[in-house]
Amino acid sequence: MTHVSIKELTKVYPGATTPSLDRLSLEIPTGELTALLGPSGCGKTTTMKMIAGLLEPTSGDVTFDGRSVLRDKPEDRGVVMVFQNYLLFPYMSVADNVGFGLKMRKKDPAEIKRRVGEMLELVKLPDLGDRKPSALSGGQQQRVALARALIVQPNVLLLDEPLSNLDAHLRFEMRDLIRSLQQEMGITTIFVTHDQEEAVVLADRVALILDGQMKQYDRADVFYKRPIDEATARFFGGHNFIPGTSDGHVFDCALGKLSLPEGATTGAGKLTFRPENVRIGAGPDAQNALTSTIAEVIYLGTQTRLKLRVGETEVDAVVNPNEIESYAVGDTLPIHLPSATLWVI
Amino acid sequence: MSTAESIPMRSFRVLTGVVLITWLVLPLIPLAIWSFARGWFYPDLLPKTWTLRAWEYAMSDTAGVLDSLWLTIGISLAATVLSILVGVPAGRALGMYKFRGKEIVELMILAPTIVPGIAVVLGIHSVFISMGLNNTVWGVILVHLIPTLPYMVLVMSGIFANYDPAFEAQARSLGASPLKTFWYVTLPAIRPGIIVGGLFAFLVSWSQYILTLLIGGGRVETLPLLLFNFATAGRNDITGAIGMIYILPGIIILLLTAKHLSGRSGAVGGFGQI
Repeated sequence: MTHVSIKELTKVYPGATTPSLDRLSLEIPTGELTALLGPSGCGKTTTMKMIAGLLEPTSGDVTFDGRSVLRDKPEDRGVVMVFQNYLLFPYMSVADNVGFGLKMRKKDPAEIKRRVGEMLELVKLPDLGDRKPSALSGGQQQRVALARALIVQPNVLLLDEPLSNLDAHLRFEMRDLIRSLQQEMGITTIFVTHDQEEAVVLADRVALILDGQMKQYDRADVFYKRPIDEATARFFGGHNFIPGTSDGHVFDCALGKLSLPEGATTGAGKLTFRPENVRIGAGPDAQNALTSTIAEVIYLGTQTRLKLRVGETEVDAVVNPNEIESYAVGDTLPIHLPSATLWVI
Repeated sequence: MSTAESIPMRSFRVLTGVVLITWLVLPLIPLAIWSFARGWFYPDLLPKTWTLRAWEYAMSDTAGVLDSLWLTIGISLAATVLSILVGVPAGRALGMYKFRGKEIVELMILAPTIVPGIAVVLGIHSVFISMGLNNTVWGVILVHLIPTLPYMVLVMSGIFANYDPAFEAQARSLGASPLKTFWYVTLPAIRPGIIVGGLFAFLVSWSQYILTLLIGGGRVETLPLLLFNFATAGRNDITGAIGMIYILPGIIILLLTAKHLSGRSGAVGGFGQI
């Protein structure tokens, strides 16, 4: 219900020489779920606190539906932030925690009680209202924190590392819960994470922030197919970077002359492709076909990673783990690189 | 309490208990006996005749003990409230923030526990005279803050050192004004500190003698001053009776805070279990 726009947002902490956040601009359309992704200390939590009004920016602006909110106090912004460590008030019961926002809005106690009940139902904790937060598990605490935030029907919901404190089996459950509640209520949601997987599974769009600056802001799949530079590709697990020159159609490098997809950049650059897009075999039309030698076979459980050598160049590939027996170090392996999966950065 | 306690450990505990009781409780017994005695002389183990005369006198209007009791309670309560009002923000600053000159501020606040009060109070006396605060109850309350504040600030800075201000940010984000945030989030978290620090402040103020004597100029006659008068006049029986009244708040407060001081939670809840 709120279009959030961040303009040239900058934060320099007192005594610091370099800005923690450097002129970040971002448009977050109404009702979308956006991830701010970056390593720890890249300025993503700083950004959130500035949106929430808990921290004052050095310069720049934050607008909701075109109106600057920088002068609004945190309690008047209609923004609720859910912190990484949940911060449930330890002196209150679960129900009082969930109802806190409504109580602050001076709602009728009977209405609070009813809506708290509904909300606990929604996060699948209907019978825990009387407990103290300390009696809950981490996953339950997180759901209470989410219920406490959603009950006030915020215009903007901010989540700080929403999945990072959860066990693997709880992460997908929580991901589905956050996703479905967010879609249902249509709340513009921003969350920060250092985990690219978390960003990909949860967000409509991902903003990658490295060293206080935004690198790329796109749908999650674009980061895999069309990374903007090597640092971005590496953050998303890219391994293959081969220097050479592009004329827009053909890339000339140590692997030979490889044909490129439409729209590739020209000039000197690096060829990049995902290890999972390296195909075994010569391919139907022998396009971009190469001959490699297996240098190393690494079994990773759900996949098998091959280190291949094409001449002097190392190429990383991923293959089905069930076929591990068919790969031996020293074997010659024909491969091909479909041109649609190549990208020049 | 663990049942698997070793025998040396157990005897050590018993020994500590015995020493503490000897030290703290035994001296009070002659005081209590004196308050009911009509003359008590060597070599009698107990007074020959018992009487309520001292208590009757202490409770009578002429002695002024009751007036003095109410005055002392009032002064100590006021000093406690002021200590809380100053000590909570000061403790927060010292416990949570780093700032230039913090060590000096800490030293200045703790100084009254090191420097004898009489050294400071002579200077304060002349300042109070120029402000018209000498010989007044308010002057006495203010000067009591010198010894009470260090305890309050020390307790509160300890509380705030372990306090996570992110809870306040969370409350603001959920729509609480700064005042409501303090009331619903900060206060419950620091309440044990306020209770313990406040009771300490009350007791410290309660037992002030020199500061009250000098700033009050003898006109603000609190219980310790009254007690001293009778003690120096050799009226052991009346001294005993007033003394019994005088130690009452200390015992009550000790019972109230015992749980807290031993590190278990539940500020005043402990009273019910004694």
